[in-house]
Amino acid sequence: MSTNLVIGPVMIPLATAIVLIIFNRRLLAQKIISVISVLATLIYACNLLYRVSDGTILLFYASNWVPPFGIAMVIDMLSALMVTASAILGFVCMIYSLSTMDEGRLKNFYLPLYQMFFVGINGSLITGDIFNLFVFFEIMLMSSYVLLVLGSDRGQLREGFKYLIINIVSSSFFLVALGVVYSLAGTMNMADLAVKLPQAANQGLVTMSAMLFLLVFGVKAAIFPLYFWLPNSYHQPPPAISAIFGGLLTKVGVYVLIRIFTLIFIGDVAFTHSILFVLGVLTMIFGVVITISQTDFRLILSYHIISQVGYMVMGLGMFSVLSVAGAIFHMLHNIIVKTGLFLASGITQEVTGTTDLHKMGGLLHRYPWLGWTFFITAMALAGVPPLSGFFSKFMLIQAGAELGNYYSIAAVLGVGFLTMFSMIKIFLYAFWGEEKPVLDRPNFDYKKIMPASLILCGISVCIGLGASYVCDFVMLAAEQLMNPQLYIDTVLFAFI
Amino acid sequence: MEVMMSILIGMLFAGGIYMVLSQTMLRIVFGTSLLSHATLLLLITMGELKRGAAPILTAAGGPYVDPLPQALILTAIVIGFGTTAFSIVLAYQTYQTLGTDNLEKCRGIDDEH
Repeated sequence: MSTNLVIGPVMIPLATAIVLIIFNRRLLAQKIISVISVLATLIYACNLLYRVSDGTILLFYASNWVPPFGIAMVIDMLSALMVTASAILGFVCMIYSLSTMDEGRLKNFYLPLYQMFFVGINGSLITGDIFNLFVFFEIMLMSSYVLLVLGSDRGQLREGFKYLIINIVSSSFFLVALGVVYSLAGTMNMADLAVKLPQAANQGLVTMSAMLFLLVFGVKAAIFPLYFWLPNSYHQPPPAISAIFGGLLTKVGVYVLIRIFTLIFIGDVAFTHSILFVLGVLTMIFGVVITISQTDFRLILSYHIISQVGYMVMGLGMFSVLSVAGAIFHMLHNIIVKTGLFLASGITQEVTGTTDLHKMGGLLHRYPWLGWTFFITAMALAGVPPLSGFFSKFMLIQAGAELGNYYSIAAVLGVGFLTMFSMIKIFLYAFWGEEKPVLDRPNFDYKKIMPASLILCGISVCIGLGASYVCDFVMLAAEQLMNPQLYIDTVLFAFI
Repeated sequence: MEVMMSILIGMLFAGGIYMVLSQTMLRIVFGTSLLSHATLLLLITMGELKRGAAPILTAAGGPYVDPLPQALILTAIVIGFGTTAFSIVLAYQTYQTLGTDNLEKCRGIDDEH
């Protein structure tokens, strides 16, 4: 059954973006429409999550062309979870943007671009066609280029240009990979590819195209050794923008890796997934070791994005139901927590005027809410028991123990320890200790920009306390992924 | 024909990558557009170069050319067009603001880490 429900997460932001461009000059109208739209997307996403929670897979065939000929949109549990997480983030970052973004950016298409960014992200999450994935990825990247350089600060322009070139080059390789896959299988539908690629005469070429996809999405997801572009470019734009980028942009790359390496490229698991595992562990270690020497608030958080992405790729590389479930759990937890931390760093920058940890100190006296919100979110990232990070790491460790893969356990524990170390370092430098002279802004009430950060902190605590419910969802998603025949049958034969 | 195309694609890739590795912004932008041309040619060659029929399947049957690579390339051209336009504008804006189009000289201007 094809249902129009599926394309809602794409259509709502798209329609909003068009309307917002019409209301270009009226800032108040733009703000109201934006808030309504992100709320609608959030409610819609929760509805979708509820509908797939019994294990059904929702389908949409564009113009009712049945696959493999038409473009299919598919929402299974993983897509629904990711769409919900992106909608939560869209809502929270919108609140934060509206309270902190300067008028110049708001008047120059910030809000329409924000919506287009979510068109690209949600489209990438629900599409079932690999060329369509390319198109939605380009929509997402195009909006991200503009959001990154909006405002034309010197640093923004310099890093924006590098970010642009790296993504253009990796998109070229994406097209090359698509060409190779098309010549092998003669189709672009993911489910159909999963059927036809194992029948291809030249299996070596299939593995090669798998590696091309790994290269492309490795760049987007910032895995070792392709992460070099990330820290500087996420460091430059205003905090609201780097919070959405840090929370969501790399995770979409990881999502695609999880999708294609559990559905399409599972012919040579011993080779491809060992590479994923090794790269994942290296990403974790490199990302976290670099943070030890850094003393810039946002730069530390940027490097932590890299090390956290490593957990997910490692979980995918171990390739069992439990480890993939752990990877998905970690991804959801990380989207929430990482954004929360970026927002906290943004508020800190707002009240101190700097991101250099050496220039801060003793913020806890004057800004207790900020300090403790940051502390709880940071402990969630480090994986302290009642919070969300603990359970995802627990699942990964349990998967490692089941598979007898003790390297993974050592990596999770060791990197978790170093994460804890650098989070404590930020807390000690910025919030603890002697109060240092800060920016003089007497009329500035920091509590007005706190809600976004508080919501994310609250969600992280809720995920931790209600971990068994989240676990059910995540295990269902992982079981669907590890049993690709279900996805293939649903997409290709459900219309009969 | 496929061999000729392969050689051409290889040359375009080599030229594109050489240009992307240079220091001047405009050269890099041209390099990326060479790269995207190379990938487009690769896509059309991957569907095998057949001639003599339209990409339309008629009721009578008969030979027809696979239309999908052409559709893919058309989409990719549009996207590439937009991206190239944006990168040229961005390069120009960067040149105006930073006062140089040499990426080596852009380093360490302000708060680079």
